Amino acid sequence: MTTTPLLEVKDLHVEFRTKSGVAQAINGLNFSLNAGETLAILGESGSGKSVTAQTIMGILDMPPGHIAGGQILYRGEDILTMNETKRRKLRGVNISMIFQDALSALNPVLPVGWQIAEMFRVHRGMKRGPAKKKAIELMQRVGIPGAEGRVGDYPHQFSGGMRQRIMIAIAIALDPDVLIADEPTTALDVTVQAQVMRLLKELQVENNMGLILITHDLGVVADVADKIAVMYAGRVMEAADVYEIYAKPAHPYTKGLLESIPRIDAEGDRLSAIPGLPPSLTDMPSGCPFNPRCPYATDLCVSDRPELLPAAEGHYSACHYREDVYQGTIEPRQEAQA
Amino acid sequence: MTATAEQTTDPFAGEEVVLDVDGLVKHFPLKQGIVVKRQIGAVQAVDGVSFQLRRGETLGIVGESGCGKSTLAKLLMRLEEPDAGEVRFRGEDFLALDGEELRRMRRKIQIIFQDPYTSLNPRMSVGDIIGEPFTIHKDVVPKKGIRNRVKELLDVVGLNPDHINRYPHQFSGGQRQRIGIARGLALNPDVIICDEPVSALDVSVQAQVMNLLEDLQDEFGLSYIFIAHDLSVVRHISDRIAVMYLGKLAELGTEHEIYGGPAHPYTQALLSAVPVPDPTLRGKREQIVLKGDPPNPANPPSGCRFRTRCWKATDYCAEVAPELTVRPGISQAAACHYAETNEDVAAMD
Repeated sequence: MTTTPLLEVKDLHVEFRTKSGVAQAINGLNFSLNAGETLAILGESGSGKSVTAQTIMGILDMPPGHIAGGQILYRGEDILTMNETKRRKLRGVNISMIFQDALSALNPVLPVGWQIAEMFRVHRGMKRGPAKKKAIELMQRVGIPGAEGRVGDYPHQFSGGMRQRIMIAIAIALDPDVLIADEPTTALDVTVQAQVMRLLKELQVENNMGLILITHDLGVVADVADKIAVMYAGRVMEAADVYEIYAKPAHPYTKGLLESIPRIDAEGDRLSAIPGLPPSLTDMPSGCPFNPRCPYATDLCVSDRPELLPAAEGHYSACHYREDVYQGTIEPRQEAQA
Repeated sequence: MTATAEQTTDPFAGEEVVLDVDGLVKHFPLKQGIVVKRQIGAVQAVDGVSFQLRRGETLGIVGESGCGKSTLAKLLMRLEEPDAGEVRFRGEDFLALDGEELRRMRRKIQIIFQDPYTSLNPRMSVGDIIGEPFTIHKDVVPKKGIRNRVKELLDVVGLNPDHINRYPHQFSGGQRQRIGIARGLALNPDVIICDEPVSALDVSVQAQVMNLLEDLQDEFGLSYIFIAHDLSVVRHISDRIAVMYLGKLAELGTEHEIYGGPAHPYTQALLSAVPVPDPTLRGKREQIVLKGDPPNPANPPSGCRFRTRCWKATDYCAEVAPELTVRPGISQAAACHYAETNEDVAAMD
């Protein structure tokens, strides 16, 4: 552990202070990312995965958002305490981001070429001409056919998959070390999704980028990730290598998720659904946030919140019974039901 | 079309045909001009779709955005009037009905929408939403019995009957979808059209709603038309599957035929593109990555509509549009001149 990771998040707390109370979006988040590595942050809506991305990028709406504690270290330096000028030099240059909905992330009244070239003009001080040339190169690199003719087109003139490619072009323009992709393919059709994921993977290998892939799709994660952090109610519930997590989940939530998805390569039996709903962020259950829905929960789970601890070598789980879940030696309680 | 019914493995072979759709066409005109509007073309949203739905069966319809799935749903509900084609409900011509007869028939075909946030009126209580069908169809339940019937329906879909006075915003996405299902069930329909019923829901809640739909089907003998873009979800719930591309059916067969040996190149590409939640299969599955995007439905390619993205396409494909028929060596119907089953991309264990 002598090398500093590219990006490290330590005990991050983010809350939203609203009129109807304080919503704790992130409650003590920890993870690290190395160069060339793909970390998937997996979670359902409201689990805090997008807030995590926004906090790292420094684009969280504050107020109502408020960083209540923790550190985000980029190459060992805390970016939360940096001044805005310094932070700005990081954003887009060293750490950049792709959003889910390309149509609303791109500026509708500017040509796409202009929007890509802007990166070079603002951060590298290039003149218009050379910046435009760079933009065309990038459009070719992300696989937009006829890039030279389309550099002056507006976002609405492109299809969903092409728009997402333009966003990727903007994000990788300055060869960032860290790329955060927030649900990059959720709005796309399957055949286009496959194209975009393939492109992202190629670019990552080419540039040795650290990729943070935020998604709810267990299929996409299995295809591209190296390690996974499963989030629930603002916490990491389980973190491990991708093969480990799918083969031997050590947290009841992950186990439940894997069992509840229909698979394309299996015929339909009844799905084992996770009962109940994710907790409200303004009204967290005591102890383990998953305890109201967990088939294995005991009194201990209601009184004490489990820490993220190893269940096996390199496999972390925030469950009191992580070893038993990991080994598959735990039985659901009799009265366990929705 | 009849080919699948002849299959001995088909458990619905002897069942009554509830819905018989033949050559359904819907073109939306594109108009230009401010004062004098001229028609400059048409979006061929649905262009000759035929299938049969039998009692207790689930027909899954898959396809990418813009392929006409939702227009098809609207046509079957008669929310849009088709330009050509026939829809027979239990042998009766559904498209010829109007007035009171149409209203009576509409009871039998209901729809569940994709977005549980916009498909429920935020100013109506749950009791009013689910009870509204009874105020339109007055002879189903006497006025005094409506409230009790609504409570029963809430119970059937797994919601607390005491929440009858609550408003939609007080429910989560999955619960709202249950409200939509209860409303669909209110008039004891025979057919429910589910237009992307789970795609707006979280993974853990999606399974709850799919299980509910399956339970209701068994309990009431419902037939479903299940429209979705998620191939895993469709496979899970469907008995037969129709693959749509640009307003036409590309392939139609049982769940086993389509997923076990897809014959149309589009189906093959679609199946191979779906990520499987199992990292050990990484790099081991054959992936067909299609080039480009689906063409514009206002100006579809001549002949076979898939030919612009197809790796098998020849000059013949540009001239003659392939029929959706059963071809030698394949048990399901496929609309491709060069259809052949490809088990390498099959999604089987």
